Amino acid sequence: MVPAIQVEQVSKHYGALQALAEVSLEIAPGEFFGLLGPNGAGKTTLISILAGLAIASRGSARVMGFDVVGQYREARRSLVVVPQELVFDPFFTVRESLTFQSGYFGIRDNRAWIDEVMHHLDLTEKAETNMRALSGGMKRRVLVAQALVHKPPVIVLDEPTAGVDVELRQALWRFIRRLNRDGHTIVLTTRYLEEAEALCGRIAMLKQGRIVALDTTRNLLHMHSGCYVELRLDPDRLPATLSPLVAQRHEAGYRLALRDYSEVERVVAELRAAHIEIQEMEVMQPDLEEIFVQIMVRDV
Amino acid sequence: MGDAPITHRASRIKGFYTLFHKEWARFWKVSVQTVLAPVLTALLFLLVFSYSLRDHVVVFPGVSYTVFLVPGLAMMSVLQNAFANSSSSLMQSKMTGNIIFVLLPPFSHHEFFLAYLLAAMGRGLVVGVGVLLATVWFADLRFEHPLWVVAFALAGSGVMGALGVIAGLYSDKVDELAAFQNFIILPLTFLSGVFYSIHSLPPFWQKLSLANPFLYMVDGFRYGFFGASDVSPWLSLAIVGASFFALSFLTLWLIRIGYKLRH
Ligand SMILES: Nc1ncnc2c1ncn2[C@@H]1O[C@H](COP(=O)(O)OP(=O)(O)O)[C@@H](O)[C@H]1O
Ligand SMILES: [Mg+2]
Repeated sequence: MVPAIQVEQVSKHYGALQALAEVSLEIAPGEFFGLLGPNGAGKTTLISILAGLAIASRGSARVMGFDVVGQYREARRSLVVVPQELVFDPFFTVRESLTFQSGYFGIRDNRAWIDEVMHHLDLTEKAETNMRALSGGMKRRVLVAQALVHKPPVIVLDEPTAGVDVELRQALWRFIRRLNRDGHTIVLTTRYLEEAEALCGRIAMLKQGRIVALDTTRNLLHMHSGCYVELRLDPDRLPATLSPLVAQRHEAGYRLALRDYSEVERVVAELRAAHIEIQEMEVMQPDLEEIFVQIMVRDV
Repeated sequence: MGDAPITHRASRIKGFYTLFHKEWARFWKVSVQTVLAPVLTALLFLLVFSYSLRDHVVVFPGVSYTVFLVPGLAMMSVLQNAFANSSSSLMQSKMTGNIIFVLLPPFSHHEFFLAYLLAAMGRGLVVGVGVLLATVWFADLRFEHPLWVVAFALAGSGVMGALGVIAGLYSDKVDELAAFQNFIILPLTFLSGVFYSIHSLPPFWQKLSLANPFLYMVDGFRYGFFGASDVSPWLSLAIVGASFFALSFLTLWLIRIGYKLRH
């Protein structure tokens, strides 16, 4: 199967600054892919190269098998970007903006789908309002809507939920999930790690223009720092052999940090041997936030 | 997606037409500034100059100064407004960042250029017709050779539309574009023989005027009205036409390499 996105050894220089350093990446059709990294890591630059907004200094990129330079027409037809900046054309209304965007991609009479997109993003009431008169959140909705009027196979969202309220974030999540279910490949950059954790099947972490982690969200969560066990015991004490594992002692019991799940068995066995009864036990994963921090503090 | 070639072509035409339509709609949305204001300016020029100079200047025999002035003013408006349209649209889009909306779609550099060019020419011609309609009441205008009128209006607005695209690509800020406008476009249009015939100038200034490309646009355009001109209309058309093609190729190349558009 042709990958939805294929990035090979892409580097990008802005003068002396290296924004991307030999990035290689493949995203399969239908994936929900997360691109994470601190500010300035190169996320927007990578997206811009895919969309033809920036030109790679070295390396090549393909969208649905089409080279973004050599076959730019087919590549651009296959992909759309919801930009990070809150940009809009102050001359036009919401409906005009959407109709133009749809026409640019050569779609005739797209009114039904435009109405549907507006409906899903709660824009119907503002259809005839000039873009200038909209609030920031509404402008963000229009940006998303503009990207979706031509339903390309690959949809890239560059920090779509930055600075939006909870309600809009939920609405965007629902809408993007639905697009993914319908078969669209989604690439999402975000600085909210719980968002990536909740939505993305696979994640790449960028740091100073390099990929420092690339795996399924599940593997990332498991691989990097084991898990935690929350325990309530009777009597409320631990055998000496387990005390090095204590991450936290609180009034209800203990929190132990384990290297991996197999250690849970050992904990249970030693408690039984010491005749300590487990009243409550909860195994918890560290969240993506912790893993992200662990990866980012390591040297590249 | 296996589009058949025919629907592919249809979708390209639709895309191109939409970009042109967006540019066309953009200036109509603010037509008070983009159409009405320049027509009014031309009208003021006509009133002031024709009133103050009508007894002193005779350019072509049998042509009153007021009548002489009208085509030149119309052409000056065509040129300035064609330039203003493409240059300010591109500069503003880059400044506000909404240029991204026309960079993401699959436009070729030809389609991109042609859409901006035609809309710019459209605005120039609309203003030019507006100036003629507004001033025709004050001057008993003749149309000796209407085809020359049309040819020079198209070629002149084409040159300025292309030049406007270049200026719009080049300028990242309002004052950069303003400098372009105030130090190049405005002096050259004013000194292009709109208000006088170059034959009334001292020899040195006559020679210098011949180096001004805008002179040929105004002079050739006026030939279409009076059948008289300072330079042969064929020569003028050749010069204006060659400028148009040269500028178009330059502009197409700039768009193709993404000059100040794609980093
Ligand atoms: N057009 C540009 N000119 C110069 N430097 C740029 C440009 N765009 C981005 N950069 C630089 O490239 C680096 C990566 O930026 P970016 O891709 O926007 O990061 P991110 O989206 O991950 O926050 C940053 O150091 C940024 O300053
Ligand atoms: Mg960014």
